[in-house]
Amino acid sequence: MSALVEARGLAVGYGAAPVLGDVDFALEAGERVGVLGPNGGGKTTLFRALLGELRPLAGELTVAGRCGTVPQTERSRLDFPVSALDVALMGTIAGRPWWRRPGRAERRTARAALGRVGLEQLAERTFGELSGGQRQRVLVARALVQEARIVLLDEPFTGLDAASAERLEALLDELASEGRGILIATHDVDQARAWDRVLCLNRRQIAFGPPAETLTREVLAATYGGAIVTLPAEDGREALALLPPHHCDHEHSA
Amino acid sequence: MTVLASVLTALGDPWDQGIMQRALLEVVLLGLVGGALGCWIVLSELSYGAESLAHGMFPGLVLAALTGIPLLLGGAAGILVAALAVALAGRVPGIGRDNAVAVVVTTLFGLGVLLALSPSSPPGIQGLLFGDVLGTSAGDLLDGAALAAVVLAALWVLHWRLLAVGFDRLSARALGAPPLLADAALLILLALAVLVAVQGLGNLLVVAVLVAPAAAARLLARRLLPMMATAVAIAIVAGIAGLYLSYYVRVAAGASIAGFMVLAYALARLATLAESLRGAATLTEAN
Ligand SMILES: Nc1ncnc2c1ncn2[C@@H]1O[C@H](COP(=O)(O)OP(=O)(O)O)[C@@H](O)[C@H]1O
Ligand SMILES: [Mg+2]
Repeated sequence: MSALVEARGLAVGYGAAPVLGDVDFALEAGERVGVLGPNGGGKTTLFRALLGELRPLAGELTVAGRCGTVPQTERSRLDFPVSALDVALMGTIAGRPWWRRPGRAERRTARAALGRVGLEQLAERTFGELSGGQRQRVLVARALVQEARIVLLDEPFTGLDAASAERLEALLDELASEGRGILIATHDVDQARAWDRVLCLNRRQIAFGPPAETLTREVLAATYGGAIVTLPAEDGREALALLPPHHCDHEHSA
Repeated sequence: MTVLASVLTALGDPWDQGIMQRALLEVVLLGLVGGALGCWIVLSELSYGAESLAHGMFPGLVLAALTGIPLLLGGAAGILVAALAVALAGRVPGIGRDNAVAVVVTTLFGLGVLLALSPSSPPGIQGLLFGDVLGTSAGDLLDGAALAAVVLAALWVLHWRLLAVGFDRLSARALGAPPLLADAALLILLALAVLVAVQGLGNLLVVAVLVAPAAAARLLARRLLPMMATAVAIAIVAGIAGLYLSYYVRVAAGASIAGFMVLAYALARLATLAESLRGAATLTEAN
């Protein structure tokens, strides 16, 4: 079985200088891969390279399948006059010749996709009036409409309450079990432990592999810089916690 | 009974004249193009671009009027020159794009005014500044209808791509809607719409039809298609109201039309304000 995404010695950036380098990983069908890293670590940049918006500055990147994307929140305009159904229908643009508008069949597909993410009742609701978790699920529905084999989610859990986060996570499990490859950028190391692999980025790739072996103290320290502390062991396992960056600066300057 | 009859006569009277009939058709064309395209202009925050384009093309219009070339051609050439000048000025280091646009547009507009006000200019050239709806000829109407058809057809075909780009520029590309293409399409359509509208409303007022009805509709409608329908309706009603006003009170038609469009925006603002006040009042009552 060949990988959906394969990066070899990949470097990407916005000008001549890469902001992210040494990236070597593969995403297989049916896998959920957590992309970990500090703010500015290069998670969004990697996704933009996968979407074809940024050309590799060095190395190779193969993407064998259509990419759907759930962008970092609040980038889409909440005051835009579109319904949830309109947003899902945007997933039909790529597959059709430019002069054909979405018709009845496309609407059915989009409604079905909204149904799969549990939002058929809210199809006509204005996108900006939905809750954060509902908006993320509309964007997942849009990826389903695109028939994306690869789904990129950029910090989808940020700002979600526990119930919405759980619901989204179950949805991602389901997408993976259908043989899609899922890349999820996140700040939550513990959440990523439940996924198939983790990719740790901090301007370059720090590590890639199954979470149990990969998420060592050293790797986490290199990924997040010094902003990491060990919490007293609770259930026999010591827990790691991230400090907010400003906290860390404060200690240095004091 | 007689009152009703005289009101009906007063309403019907103006349209017996060929001038007013052609003006009515022109106003409908303006409303269709301005209302529909205006929604994209307002949503993409291109109002400033619309204004720049309209003023930057002014010397082209004046030269056309002075030399007897069709206004449409002069306007098109004027837009091309203005667009090139803006693009070039934007490349001069240390100016900044907004400043470059401002400098180029002001210079071009001033040049046009100088030309228009020179002693050798024929009378009636002020029509270029304030428009001359009542002077619409059958040929103008045909040109306008053709351009309007192109603009509306393009909006129809490009609808979903424009929507994807407006909604989220950065993901639009991955969805098959390149933002640069959408930008270019909107600018070209904007240039065409300005060409249609400048004949009726003149250089100073053309922006009114492209911005005011859509800005009002934006306050009243919650989906794009209803927003477009509302903007078109507002533009056409304002246009007809302006024609009546100029017929009975003898004020400039273009200015009256623009005035009614701005009035519609003010009314829509008031309506939404009243609604939010009422909403706040119900909230306090509930507490
Ligand atoms: N459009 C851009 N142009 C130039 N540099 C950028 C751009 N977007 C991000 N960067 C830089 O790339 C680096 C990685 O950013 P990003 O990929 O957004 O990180 P993350 O998503 O992990 O927070 C940062 O240093 C950021 O300043
Ligand atoms: Mg990011």
